[in-house]
Amino acid sequence: MAVVKMQRLNLCGLNSERKEILEKLQAYGMMEINFRKKDEKGLKKMDTQSEKAKFEKEAASAENAIAILDKYAPAKKSLLDSLAGKDLIKDSVFKEAVAKQDEFRGSVARIIRLDKEITENRSRIAQLENQIESLVPWEALDMPMDTAGTDSTKVFVGTFPGKVTAEEVLTALKTQKPSLEAVDFETVSTDKDALYAAIICLKEEAERTEDVLREKGFAKPSVCPAKTPTEKQEEARAEIESCKQKIEYLTQEITDLATSRQDICLISDYYRLRAGRYEALGKLPQTKNTFAVSGYIPASDSEKLKKELEERFTADVEVEELGAREKQPVLLRNNKFSASFESVVQSFGLPKKGEFDPTMIMSVFYFILFGLMLSDAAYGALISIACGIIILKFPRMDQGLRKSIQMFFWCGISTLFWGIMFGGYFGDAVTVIARVFLGKTVEIPALWFVPLNEPMRMLIYSFVFGLIHLFVGFGLKGYMLLKKKDVVGFICDVVAWFMFLIGLILMLLPTEIFYSMSQMKFDFPASVNMLAKVLTVAGAVIILVMAGRRKKMKIPIRLALGLYDLYGITSWLSDILSYSRLLALGLATGVIAQVINQMGSMLGNGVLGIIFFIVVFIVGHILNMAINILGAYVHTNRLQYVEFFGKFYDGGGKPFAPFKSETKYVDIEEVH
Amino acid sequence: MSMGVFFALAGAAAAVLLAGAGSSIGVGIAGQAASGVVSQDPDKFAKVLIMELLPGTQGIYGLLVGFITLSQIGLLGGGLADISPVTGLMILAACLPIGVVGLISGMHQGKTSAAAIGIIAKKPEQFGKAMLFPAMVETYAILALLISILAVTAIQV
Repeated sequence: MAVVKMQRLNLCGLNSERKEILEKLQAYGMMEINFRKKDEKGLKKMDTQSEKAKFEKEAASAENAIAILDKYAPAKKSLLDSLAGKDLIKDSVFKEAVAKQDEFRGSVARIIRLDKEITENRSRIAQLENQIESLVPWEALDMPMDTAGTDSTKVFVGTFPGKVTAEEVLTALKTQKPSLEAVDFETVSTDKDALYAAIICLKEEAERTEDVLREKGFAKPSVCPAKTPTEKQEEARAEIESCKQKIEYLTQEITDLATSRQDICLISDYYRLRAGRYEALGKLPQTKNTFAVSGYIPASDSEKLKKELEERFTADVEVEELGAREKQPVLLRNNKFSASFESVVQSFGLPKKGEFDPTMIMSVFYFILFGLMLSDAAYGALISIACGIIILKFPRMDQGLRKSIQMFFWCGISTLFWGIMFGGYFGDAVTVIARVFLGKTVEIPALWFVPLNEPMRMLIYSFVFGLIHLFVGFGLKGYMLLKKKDVVGFICDVVAWFMFLIGLILMLLPTEIFYSMSQMKFDFPASVNMLAKVLTVAGAVIILVMAGRRKKMKIPIRLALGLYDLYGITSWLSDILSYSRLLALGLATGVIAQVINQMGSMLGNGVLGIIFFIVVFIVGHILNMAINILGAYVHTNRLQYVEFFGKFYDGGGKPFAPFKSETKYVDIEEVH
Repeated sequence: MSMGVFFALAGAAAAVLLAGAGSSIGVGIAGQAASGVVSQDPDKFAKVLIMELLPGTQGIYGLLVGFITLSQIGLLGGGLADISPVTGLMILAACLPIGVVGLISGMHQGKTSAAAIGIIAKKPEQFGKAMLFPAMVETYAILALLISILAVTAIQV
């Protein structure tokens, strides 16, 4: 129910058994390799970078091949399959695939090569299509485009920019001195950007003609085939056809290779495991014949692993307690209910040294607060049923995901509970359906009260829940101070504040202001009123005098510090006000649900009305659920992180990162 | 029909309109950042989507107050209440907090969300902390919502 106690396991073994021992440790997956500085002094480590990189590369290319297979021959997958997790593979099956790894590596290389060829063909097609496109304006030309001319003539094939016309060019030629008149100007086509033309002139005038043409912006086309444009286009089309056929053929070949998908997955994971082992190996100090492993292991596993290792190998294994100053990595272990909420704590930060695991207490509040914010029985039931089905249907789901879904399962139950308390079932759907379609007046009474009708009452209760939450958090701070044997701190920082706050609350309750807000009359006997005053004053005085006790300083400064600390009452006020979101989010769910129901019933009774109602009902409530689950999730987290953890918890522990089998596609069944 | 009804309706409209505008600006800003992240790493879609939706709540709060106002003045049930201009103005005033705060906090929450999406792009494991920053902005929208709801429901029609 808390942070798992760690021990240190030291192992010294023979290099001849190194591989098997590392395999064993990896499969066991409960030890984080870590050496104390003093232990590895003077010992050499092996450089395994290149081997590690080699295997990582192999794993990556296998992964790449699988991605290619998924592209050309997708395995049948539904959206929900992503929840299914990794398949469990028998060790023998895995070994079989590994034995044939060279064959599968060949398949991997082949798949990658085929894919590359397909890409090349595709880009060739694009290139050819461009070519065809660029030849379209030249289609009317009936000679090869690179025609240089005849014995006595010279041919220019090219374009002029948009505004130039044939006449303009001819005039320019004529006005030359001496004038160039023996020119044949043939317009092939025109479009808005350019004039496409073929010009024939005498060979001896070619140079001068070309100069004039250039002045007018003449340019040779980018493609200048030795065939007529239409012939070239035909040729390109034929090539495209053959490329397409090739692609089809290559795709077929890849699809045929899809049969070895499973095995490629296996060897990809195999290389990944080996890369992991090499990484670990790189951390181990070695001598010529021996090597050493040292690291953290949960105390509950240490003896078992020690026994197994000693039985199987010629190795010296010892287990020792951690030194007082060592920071152990943090692994949380909680009961089934609370464990589902561990991710909430993890994303805030794991407990650092000396802190305890707040998961259990937090999970209870998380459960309650989430339900309060969503507070619709039907939504809660739907969430729980959906999560329950998913959990049962996919037993091999990824652990982290599984815990989150379990968390929402519990939150759904809490939502169901509060929904019944507050009388929300798809908002007021039952009432609306009964009124519009059955002509009856049905109302499901709330077990407690309806917040929409009595928002002030709900607000007060929100503050009460908040106060309990905050007081528990603050109490935990006291507990931690006591654990550290800081009794003075416990009394001055925690008990004094409790006195001060409880005193203030007791003074507030009988006042007019409170009555006008809540319509609740508190008549305390005089003794309680007296007690309230005493508590407040005593608490305030202790805080005033003792807040600055840690530093030695003059009395006025110390009192000023005390005053500043008393000012902290404002933060309590804002913390408590923050719980008004319980009311706001609860109302949001209920009111939007009502809007949806009202919209749905707009067409009244009748076939059309019923169909319309059903459509609006389904779409609307799904949307409302989605947005309010998000809201409840975000704001429950906020209340835990800011208000609750703010009172006692810092986090900042290092997560436990054991040396284990980090696979991507399959889990391998361990054989003992 | 009286001026009172008009004022009350203007209040409902202001709540929905301003808060909705704030949310659409906010979600828009966050959505741009989210698209940027997804274009690089589609796997982060779910996480950035949650971030993008955070500034969307102001619009819902506005809707909430608008709806309560409409049902309070009987515009939805058919029996329109006879509202004096003063009462109408009171309802209008009661609607203003969520309208104005919704507009401003929606815009700023959008910017904060966009920044938080940046955290997710670089350090996806810090999702919990990233979510907290936009949620801080939201507090003030909730406080405004609270006062609007309390005031609207408290006004005797």
